[in-house]
Amino acid sequence: MTATKKAPSRVLSLPAKIYLIFYNATQFLGWSFVLYKMVDFVINQHLEEKSLWEHVKIPLLIFQSGAILEVVHCACGITPSNTIITFAQVYSRVFLIWPILYKVPDSRDQIGFSLLLLAWTVTEVLRYLYYVLNIISFVPGFLLWCRYTLFIILYPAGITGELLCCYRALPHYSKTQEFSTLLPNAWNFTFNFYYYTILVMLAYIPVFPQLYTHMFVQRKKILGNKKHD
Amino acid sequence: MEIGILSTSGGKQLATLTVDPNSTLKELKTQIHRLKSHLYPDRQEFRQEPRGKGLDENKTVAALGLKDHSKLYLKDLGPQIAWKTVFLTEYAGPLFVYAWIYQRPWLFYGEGAANQPMSQVAHIAAYCWVIHYAKRILETLFVHRFSHATMPVRNLFRNCAYYWIFAAYVAYHVNHPLYTAPCQMQSYIALGFWTICELGNFSIHWALRNLRPPGSKERRIPRPTKNPLTLLFNLVSCPNYTYEVGGWIAFTIITQCLPAGLFAFAGFYQMAVWAIGKHRAYKKDFKDYPRGRKAIIPFVF
Repeated sequence: MTATKKAPSRVLSLPAKIYLIFYNATQFLGWSFVLYKMVDFVINQHLEEKSLWEHVKIPLLIFQSGAILEVVHCACGITPSNTIITFAQVYSRVFLIWPILYKVPDSRDQIGFSLLLLAWTVTEVLRYLYYVLNIISFVPGFLLWCRYTLFIILYPAGITGELLCCYRALPHYSKTQEFSTLLPNAWNFTFNFYYYTILVMLAYIPVFPQLYTHMFVQRKKILGNKKHD
Repeated sequence: MEIGILSTSGGKQLATLTVDPNSTLKELKTQIHRLKSHLYPDRQEFRQEPRGKGLDENKTVAALGLKDHSKLYLKDLGPQIAWKTVFLTEYAGPLFVYAWIYQRPWLFYGEGAANQPMSQVAHIAAYCWVIHYAKRILETLFVHRFSHATMPVRNLFRNCAYYWIFAAYVAYHVNHPLYTAPCQMQSYIALGFWTICELGNFSIHWALRNLRPPGSKERRIPRPTKNPLTLLFNLVSCPNYTYEVGGWIAFTIITQCLPAGLFAFAGFYQMAVWAIGKHRAYKKDFKDYPRGRKAIIPFVF
């Protein structure tokens, strides 16, 4: 879930606009594909021999990783969002898909992953479509409503999913000490990925309420004054 | 004459005060406090525009060009806490946290850790750390003169978290039974440098104290005194920060501990931001401010 982005389409240069339309459209199509794969899995129960993760992992990994570009967009100024906030949001996503979901099989294929996937796909499909249409200043009222209303359920659902997946990955890192550095070493430095994951989970406590209330404020501002198209 | 007081949030009319042209804003604050008991003077800031700069409370109504029926904006700065209280809490924490972890409590290291041998460097590091924070506490009590009496309470939690957590982070590594000390020569030389930096930092604080007459909020250009350690004023606006960063780099070299290096870097970043702000303020307030002085790193920035 990102903070509101209102692309200043009148201020952007034409190449930047074209690039952003291309980027956001690609992400829209990519996430729509992930959504399709997810729905396909649910409907076609004969895919029992494969897990939901196996079914969606390739497009999920590709398109979620692609979001790293959005941090660059902020830093370059072609999108108006705060670079640090965007970095934090993209970081949490990338943290979930690589060291948690990709690395630790135990974190997949439980209710947490399903919640996460549902929340992410619906949110991202709406978000990227909104950006594309916003650049060409043609956002239907219904899309706007969806973007600023569905988060009310999707955001907590997504957070719950993310935390459950992290929690399920903890035993792996506790046992294997992977990505960790222990003493003794020349620089007297330690890094324990197990504790780091716990730290990331704890960080949700102060951050989530702030972002959630921010979305409500945005909702009031944007939906409160809009007339329907 | 009458002055209307408006809130900076929403522009609501809070009060109408009857003042005379020679009243200072400080007196206005006292009046407002009488009307609204929760708004003690330290919590109030007057502005001429809702998002404008805070006004000096020693200025008079006339000096600000206010007339009958003029408006002033009032910002509620939120619950305040005295600077001294903040500093003492911020500095006592790291001192006790480090001293506690120095004992190698089982909570961090498991049973029996306290009985294992400890390198001489770990002892030296503990003394350095404790002396540094004891010095800071003493300076807060006896040396510093604060230009602003209070700060918002929420800063206290944020600042304490930073100091206390970093103290635990550094202490955990240096006092660990598996800590590896660097070669003695390195530690001793760095210790010498550390000592100079601590003395230098104190010298600057002392010089700054004597720059400002007691009870005043006057600001003057700082210059070197008879103490040679204050010669750094010729090169930077904030040599106290320069010495502080130097001290933490020295501590990092004494211990060869990356967490200490991270702490030094974090401190350097914050102090650089403050130094640049102070440097700009000096250049703005004093037309004859010495050119060639940098903010925090001599010859660099």
